[in-house]
Amino acid sequence: MVAPLQHIIAVAGLLFSIGVLGVLFRRNAIIVFMSIEIMLNAVNLAFVAFSRYHGNIDGQVFVFFSMTLAAAEVAVGLAIMVALFRNLKTTDISKISSLKY
Amino acid sequence: MGSADILSTLPELVLIATALLLLVMESAAEPHRELLAATALGGLAIALVTALGYGADGLYYSGMLQVDPYARFVSALALVLAALAIMVAVPYLRRTLEERGEYYSLMLFATVGMLLMVKAQDLTMVFLGLELLSIPLYVLAGFYRHRSSSNEAGLKYLLLGAFAAGFFLFGIALLYGSTGTTSYSGMAQAINSGTELSRVLTLAGFGLLLVGFAFKVALAPFHMYAPDVYEGAPTSMSAFLSTGPKLAGFATLLKLIAVVFAGTMVHWWTAIWILAALTMTVGNLAALRQDSLKRMLAYSSVAHAGYLALAILVTNYDSGFAMLFYLTVYVLTTLAAFGIVSLLEEGEESAMPGVEACKGLARRNPWLAAAFTLALLSLAGFPPTAGFLGKFFLFNATLDAGYLWLVILAVLNSLVSVYYYLRPVVAMYMQPGKNTSALPIPRMLIPALLALAVVALGAGFIPAPLVHATASAISAIL
Repeated sequence: MVAPLQHIIAVAGLLFSIGVLGVLFRRNAIIVFMSIEIMLNAVNLAFVAFSRYHGNIDGQVFVFFSMTLAAAEVAVGLAIMVALFRNLKTTDISKISSLKY
Repeated sequence: MGSADILSTLPELVLIATALLLLVMESAAEPHRELLAATALGGLAIALVTALGYGADGLYYSGMLQVDPYARFVSALALVLAALAIMVAVPYLRRTLEERGEYYSLMLFATVGMLLMVKAQDLTMVFLGLELLSIPLYVLAGFYRHRSSSNEAGLKYLLLGAFAAGFFLFGIALLYGSTGTTSYSGMAQAINSGTELSRVLTLAGFGLLLVGFAFKVALAPFHMYAPDVYEGAPTSMSAFLSTGPKLAGFATLLKLIAVVFAGTMVHWWTAIWILAALTMTVGNLAALRQDSLKRMLAYSSVAHAGYLALAILVTNYDSGFAMLFYLTVYVLTTLAAFGIVSLLEEGEESAMPGVEACKGLARRNPWLAAAFTLALLSLAGFPPTAGFLGKFFLFNATLDAGYLWLVILAVLNSLVSVYYYLRPVVAMYMQPGKNTSALPIPRMLIPALLALAVVALGAGFIPAPLVHATASAISAIL
């Protein structure tokens, strides 16, 4: 049995919202980053569902690109966080706020 | 993939080869660092020649990329911008931190991202170009590894950039779901013929795409990161951060709306109206209370994004032409202004030069003070600078489209902006400074200052060449 398109898109939308809420409310930079990954993976789910619905593979090809870019972003992101942690000894974004007026 | 395809992306390929070469040079046992900048500039020069001269116009890579006068114009501007940003960076890097090949290499990768974005004829390419532009910039914003303000700038830019990329990607997914394709022409066909899956899905997709773009070009309320990032990043990098993504973002968004969403936009007009009004007001009001020059210029760049959003709202031939003209003037003047600020930073030996750092500059370096004044007056929109003409074209096109109140708001905002743009000018000419010795002006900064003079004064007095160039570029898409 194949789940109908609406259900899959609803799950994708829900996952995306969980990611957005995580970004907005969590204070640890690494958890914020994980929430962004949830958002991106929600999108991947939507792409695959739409791809199957339309019967063309464009959406599935897009998923490969987005996974690759997510990996590149993680590599850069963790490097920046390590550099930051060396200087400030914290990954709590509410404490990382020297730049304010 | 034929030779025509390869020829059409020659500028990108040259830049990628140069960027890789720079990494190899940097990792050599005894790197010749003095050659790094020259290599990067050489690569950009070759790319500029190939971008303007090689390959016929048309669709390439199975309809993924389109070469047309519009893409050529924006590519050329992006390449000139990148070259000037590297020249501004050379003296700055040599004095403040070790000059590294990675800096130039990442700049070139980001430039490739900009070129691909404007050439894109498919949302896949737009997304790849956007990320290729953004990811190097995250690293570059945090390039001062040992300075916590730079780390913070890098982290903020990364988190919000990746967050925005999520919205952007979800927007693409919904548009794909609605139309079954990601190519501009396919989407336009589905939307205009009404064969899309659901109009709601298309509208939601466009809205999310708009949020993604709004983050990248710093439209309020998605501008929060911009002042922090531009302040914490190395000043030579702030110059590129406040111009490059805006250039690529606005140019791509205009093309996308003109080609695909001209008919469906109606439902989003109010939202873009509010974005534009909010952005220029918030940017200008916040800039009023800034003492740090970098932060002032950062908020000024937010305000200018608000003016540019007017062109997105209207999206016709006149507004598109005005947007390209305005963008050309804006990117070159802002770059030069940040370049001059990076010099003041050295002179004062403080991390964040404030308005007081300008005091007495007219006595110390009359030419530098004159150049900074010219940049600020052009940004404020004083006649006879090109900044005035740009504002005139832009507001006129908006007025013709019937947005009277928005234009009144924009004019009022321009008046408010005069106050903060003139503060450094007053400090330079009317107030004596503690330090009276002249700042050494690095030779590498001179091209940026010349570009400023040519575009701000030259295009102000003799606008015809730039008007012709932008008009013929825009007629390719509108």
